[in-house]
Amino acid sequence: MKTIEPTPTPRAFLSFATLLVGVCGIIAWRYLPQMDSYEQGILLASTAGLIWLGWRWPAQQVFLPVCATLAWLATGLYAGDLARAQQSFWLKYVLASQSAVMWMCVLFVLATLLYWIGLLRRSITALSIASGLTWAAAAAALVALLVRWHESWLIGPDIGHIPVSNLYEVFILFCLITALLYLFYEARFQARNLGAFVLLVICAAVGFIVWYSLDRQAHEIQPLIPALQSWWMKIHVPANFVGYGAFALAAMLAVAQLLARHGILASRLPSIETLDEVMYRAIAVGFLFFTIATVLGAMWAADAWGGYWSWDPKETWALIVWLNYAAWLHVRLVKGWRGAILAWWAVVGLLVTIFAFVGVNMFLSGLHSYGKL
Amino acid sequence: MTFPRSSFLRALLSLLSSMRFAVSLLTVLAIASVIGTVLKQNEPPANYIVEFGEFWAGLFDAQSLYDVYHAAGFLLILLFLIVSVSLCLWRHTPNLLRDLKSWREHATLDSLRALPHHAERPQPCEREHAVTTLTAHGFRVREKEAGQVWLVVGKKGRLHKAGYLFAHAAIVVICLGGLLDGNLPLKLTELAGSRIPEIRDLPQSQVPAHSRLAASNQAFRGNVTIPEDGIADVVFLNSGKGYYVQELPFAIKLNRFNVEHYPTGQPKRFMSEIELLDRTTGKVLRQAEVEVNKPLNYAGIAIYQASFGDGGSALRFAQHSLASGIPDSTLATRSQSTQPVNLNNRAYQLELGDFRTFNIEELPVDNASSPAGKMATAFTRAQSVRSEKHTRNLGPSIQFKLRDDAGQAVEFLNYLAPYSEEGQLYQLTGSRSDPGVPFRFIRVPLDQHGGPETFLRLRTTLLDPAQHREIARRTAAKAEAGGGISTQAQEQFRAVVLGVLDRFAHGGFPAIDRFLEEKVPQAQRPTVAQTYLKVLQGAAIDAMDVAQEKAGLKPLPVDEQQYRFLLDSLVASSGFFEYGAPVWLQLTGFEEVKSSGFQLTRAPGQLLVYLGALLLIIGVFCMFYIREVRCWVRITPQGTLLAMTANRKNNDLAREFAALSQALTGDIQP
Repeated sequence: MKTIEPTPTPRAFLSFATLLVGVCGIIAWRYLPQMDSYEQGILLASTAGLIWLGWRWPAQQVFLPVCATLAWLATGLYAGDLARAQQSFWLKYVLASQSAVMWMCVLFVLATLLYWIGLLRRSITALSIASGLTWAAAAAALVALLVRWHESWLIGPDIGHIPVSNLYEVFILFCLITALLYLFYEARFQARNLGAFVLLVICAAVGFIVWYSLDRQAHEIQPLIPALQSWWMKIHVPANFVGYGAFALAAMLAVAQLLARHGILASRLPSIETLDEVMYRAIAVGFLFFTIATVLGAMWAADAWGGYWSWDPKETWALIVWLNYAAWLHVRLVKGWRGAILAWWAVVGLLVTIFAFVGVNMFLSGLHSYGKL
Repeated sequence: MTFPRSSFLRALLSLLSSMRFAVSLLTVLAIASVIGTVLKQNEPPANYIVEFGEFWAGLFDAQSLYDVYHAAGFLLILLFLIVSVSLCLWRHTPNLLRDLKSWREHATLDSLRALPHHAERPQPCEREHAVTTLTAHGFRVREKEAGQVWLVVGKKGRLHKAGYLFAHAAIVVICLGGLLDGNLPLKLTELAGSRIPEIRDLPQSQVPAHSRLAASNQAFRGNVTIPEDGIADVVFLNSGKGYYVQELPFAIKLNRFNVEHYPTGQPKRFMSEIELLDRTTGKVLRQAEVEVNKPLNYAGIAIYQASFGDGGSALRFAQHSLASGIPDSTLATRSQSTQPVNLNNRAYQLELGDFRTFNIEELPVDNASSPAGKMATAFTRAQSVRSEKHTRNLGPSIQFKLRDDAGQAVEFLNYLAPYSEEGQLYQLTGSRSDPGVPFRFIRVPLDQHGGPETFLRLRTTLLDPAQHREIARRTAAKAEAGGGISTQAQEQFRAVVLGVLDRFAHGGFPAIDRFLEEKVPQAQRPTVAQTYLKVLQGAAIDAMDVAQEKAGLKPLPVDEQQYRFLLDSLVASSGFFEYGAPVWLQLTGFEEVKSSGFQLTRAPGQLLVYLGALLLIIGVFCMFYIREVRCWVRITPQGTLLAMTANRKNNDLAREFAALSQALTGDIQP
């Protein structure tokens, strides 16, 4: 098992941190009147969080500024008029949120194909191109979300909101976060061929996004219903999707591990120990964020529904997901379980998570019905 | 049989504190929770019987599956979980603390050499150097000398083990807070028999004392609906199949309820302007606005905006009798009320439902029919994030039932505002006798003054047998003048017109259909039907003229619009035969009174739960992301040994070991 510890270069990091502080300052200067004190807190905390992210993961020192610049260019091209999405060349074909989403979809599918070619043909070139495509797709996703945020404000000042308010938007967020988590571990463990598995789950999400947009017009920005008009949404939803993304990643690594254990692709994949270690780390990250997200959700519920816990189907299923991974971690850490059974359990865990994420919205009715299909 | 008392207790304790037991409890808890999400909770019993049938509904009920989360068994599992986790903590904490305190400075040479990460070199290292290097790497250091052997021991990452304590204590704290806020105290008083939920639908003041809870009750979560200008000093707590009346320490007065909408018609803001009043003096304690996501906290009670609706609005109706000869009249009443009414000399009970000011309806988007066209439309639409949904507001409406003396009820839905379609205005009135089916709407065409009078006049004339002869005469004469028939055939044609009018007057289009089916051979039916329809349309023109003359009004010129009016009138007249009421109650005016639904909660355990949640997050973080590392530098005149161990052995540790040995000796080979 081999890992690469990122070597932070202090000067690049300093300029990155300065840049972020500057951006934070500009946002504060321009939008302070629209922000309540909680949102100001969220702005400060996210700036600090992103600086920390850039410290731990130097690639972000490039990724984040590039995405922010593209999004900033898009806002300039819009010049305050949403109709320019159809008139300006760059908006129409690249930077308008819907165009960026389509690029994201295409790039993720291409990246998946190249990861498989690289895996099956042992082609380093294909794998590095695939890795680059995944970075590009992740950038498209982040740009799409940022630009969509701006577009919602262009529709109307009372309609503007962060794009994490419905199933369509959170699926893009899911693709983004899962891809970034994967890219982190890919660099950390020098395990590029894992993308073949992880990107399958992203492709499934991409399929859903395309269907949801073309068949249901879910991409249209709807104003926020009163229950969602809260600063809690800005932190509860993203925290949740770090959890979902990490669990999805862990499950796909578990699939790879199970195949390797049966001798399938074993020679092309990293060692079973590496697969196991990355799976464990992903579940640990996911569990931490899922815990935070559930607690934030409970606190929001106390503000919105009159109680921090109502045994609403979404809450209950969140608890079940939490209990499931808590048990997984217990048997691994306390009982020392290893091997195929934990891998199978991680796969089952993803099924439970998917039900909590999408199934509850489809089959069970409750308070948490914003993501209705 | 006798148990050895102490060993039995010990076995029980060890079972309760075992992880296997805790995991089993959690599994049962998870399964019970799943049932609660799949089975809709706290529905009226009838719904369950419809869904599952008598037998299963009864069985599920006996297992209290309709209120899983408040079932005694569920609370018992939670209690056991608290006991189990507490015991686990109690059993492991002393060991943990001992381990935290210990420096393991008695480690032998052999045990250090047995560690996977150790390295030796023949030169002795400076003691000072060892201490400063370890300190610089974040270790806390202790030294021990034994003869020729100098041992420098370092440890760091104590929080890893503390994380375990935090996370598990958090579970106990959260569960305790939850039980405090849940209805455990109420369940206990129920078990003792001093409180019984009320199951009858009574006015609040008549609910007996054993179903009332005093204002001193420390934890509750209840609802109340207040009309504008109304006052409430209690809330209702659901409990199984019944409810409790919870007294409040103050009274709430609703001054106004406001709804704001987005331009698209979706609701944007719900806000109640309320006053909290002293229960005895009526003095205003607090004035506030309560919104969704912005509750008001007062005296440890949180007041939430939960719902809204009609609070009993004043309504005015015009009564248009559907039988001839009875003049129109008016009716003034309130929504949500029930009253006896006399309609066409028959007694009915009028049961008014909710008055609604807004009826937002989504209009369908034009869709291409071919699959390729659909795909193209979808792709075009996918480029724009602006919503292309079109909505329209049908305006205020009232839903009500008319119940005859036999107890049979027909339900109606009437709109106030005219409904416009292709330039013609209509009044919509819907009816149904089965609440399970959608309303069947009649579109009453409105005249150029915007009223239904012209239609009603025409209908009365069409349905009045005394007018049929005159109408038929005119229609036949016109037909002859237009050259459609000969003078000889005029008499015969008049008979046909009379027949068609007579049949229409006794049941509308369905009556004509029935006649065709009975009397006309199938082959000729379509032709005859066409003829009859033409005859009826022609007769309608003359009927309109007759009606106008009778009312002393000028005849209406028959242009395209008037012709359409007449056709619509025929359809509406026919529709009223199956309306189900002798009178059309047209909504003509209202003064809206809204109501607002509040949820009030007192949750003393909330702080405990949040504290637990914080502990949990800190605990989980510490357990996963803080590595507990220990290291030993053993210095003898013969050489130096460096050894290291951690709670998780992975390559992070290997890297740290390499870095430390590098710093310590410069050239130790691992």
